[in-house]
Amino acid sequence: MNHAVETRALGRNFGARAALSDVTLSVRDGEMFGLLGPNGSGKTTLFRILSTLLAPTSGTARIGGHDVVHEAVQVREHLGVVFQSPALDPQLTVAENLRCAGHLYGLRGTELEERLLSSLHALRVADRLGDRVHTLSGGLQRRVEIAKSLLPRPRVLLLDEPSTGLDPAARAGLRLALDELRAASGVTIVVTTHLLDEAERCDRVAVLHRGRLVACEAPSALRATLGTDIALVAGDDLAALAARVTAELGWPAEVRGDKLCVEVPTGDNGAGRLVNALAGAAHTITVGRPTLEDVFLKLTGESWGAGEDS
Amino acid sequence: MGRGGGLMRSGGLLLLPVLALWRREMTRFLRQRNRIIGALATPLVFWLLIGSGLGESFAAPGVEGGFMRYFFPGTVVLILLFTAIFSTVSIIEDRRDGFLQGVLVAPVSRAAIVLGKCLGGMTLAALQAAIFCLAAPWVGLPFDGVVVLRLLAALLLGGLALTAMGFIIAWPLESTQGFHVLMNLVLIPLWLLSGAFFPARAGAWTEWAVALNPVAYVTAAVRRSFYGDGADLGLVPSYGVAMTVTAVFAVAMFLLALRAVRRGGPGSR
Repeated sequence: MNHAVETRALGRNFGARAALSDVTLSVRDGEMFGLLGPNGSGKTTLFRILSTLLAPTSGTARIGGHDVVHEAVQVREHLGVVFQSPALDPQLTVAENLRCAGHLYGLRGTELEERLLSSLHALRVADRLGDRVHTLSGGLQRRVEIAKSLLPRPRVLLLDEPSTGLDPAARAGLRLALDELRAASGVTIVVTTHLLDEAERCDRVAVLHRGRLVACEAPSALRATLGTDIALVAGDDLAALAARVTAELGWPAEVRGDKLCVEVPTGDNGAGRLVNALAGAAHTITVGRPTLEDVFLKLTGESWGAGEDS
Repeated sequence: MGRGGGLMRSGGLLLLPVLALWRREMTRFLRQRNRIIGALATPLVFWLLIGSGLGESFAAPGVEGGFMRYFFPGTVVLILLFTAIFSTVSIIEDRRDGFLQGVLVAPVSRAAIVLGKCLGGMTLAALQAAIFCLAAPWVGLPFDGVVVLRLLAALLLGGLALTAMGFIIAWPLESTQGFHVLMNLVLIPLWLLSGAFFPARAGAWTEWAVALNPVAYVTAAVRRSFYGDGADLGLVPSYGVAMTVTAVFAVAMFLLALRAVRRGGPGSR
């Protein structure tokens, strides 16, 4: 069985700048797969290549076994794409937009009308059928866009930063809709994001940094690679606290912003030993499981967001 | 696949997408009243003001009845041009708003994308110009069945050529401001030098400028639609020649537009 998505040594240059280099990954059928990276990490370039809008300069990408360059039409038949800025005509009604999109995929007649209704019902926007798109909120437009992308019953759904511009309630609604959709149809979902909490909800996450793939694992596995918990320590002289941790316990400690960040070995009462070591000097000590932000720092040596300007 | 409709070729769906994109153009147009005013009313005002301003002081070979009558076919072409511009400038808006991306990732032939837009622009341009042409009898232009048939063919073909030309200009642009610059620097001069505003004079540089200007053949086709080939209109070519050149112009513009779409838009290379 072909993978839903498969890339081999994929690269894309813009002039002398490599936006994407040597990315090899595969997405299994039915997976919720995250492409995680800060702005400038290459995830949008990868998204555009997978959606057949941009040709790679090296390597290959296949969707449902079809090459995105040489078999673009077959790839497009299998693909639903949800862009950051919804690909809807604001002057047309919801139904008109979906009908137009359906025709682009060769759908028409009662089959189109049935799919249109079921797809709008699935995303809970069927009551806005006759409304012009420009009268809908950003969250509703995103849902209509997803409903539209489902009309041809794609094998793979690509979403580019789907939470952008949505308020928390709309975000939660969108997550729920995607989860329901996956349970009902078994569609493979590939989502780009720069939001760590969104990546946490994926089955597996590909972490991109400066155009390179630095990890591709389940979020829990990524956290486990650190092998530690993370303690955040607040105090007056963080540098002195760091020196104390290194001297007494030998654990990596680093000042990040207004907190001291300590990698605490899991088990063996690590938290207790840290508290004893810093007794009297620290104001607060919070010990928690590492976040993907900690993992990103470990993998790249850069804190999350450091690559924003590149 | 069990999908009905559309002609599936190796390059993707063609007929159903063309129809869908054409219908969208119609719906959008009817919902944007300002476009109707912009494309029909602006040339009408030009015609009334400039035509009555220059009035009887104007003389051209074989044309009697003053500038109102001479400028009438030119105004028809201006309506075609303005409608074509308004239709194709929406390509830039479609790209910015995202609609175009949704079309590009669909399994449609790239020719369907060009055809949908160009046939839409053609329909709207020809329709608006035809409405204006109903005023022809008032300025004393012939307007019988033959004139109407010749005119409709000229309006459709000319509308198609001008929309396809607008498509080529709009496709690589990322802002509508850029389009306005090109409109003022390229499209309006092409129209001015088409015999729409003043006739080409033998021996003057305008003779060559008009002869080499493809838009001049659209204007000639419209002018000959009214007068027929019998009338002496100076350097204006016959209806047959004008229509043939306009057809070649339309096909060439369509092929260039198709090539542009196949190469991808701004930022895709």
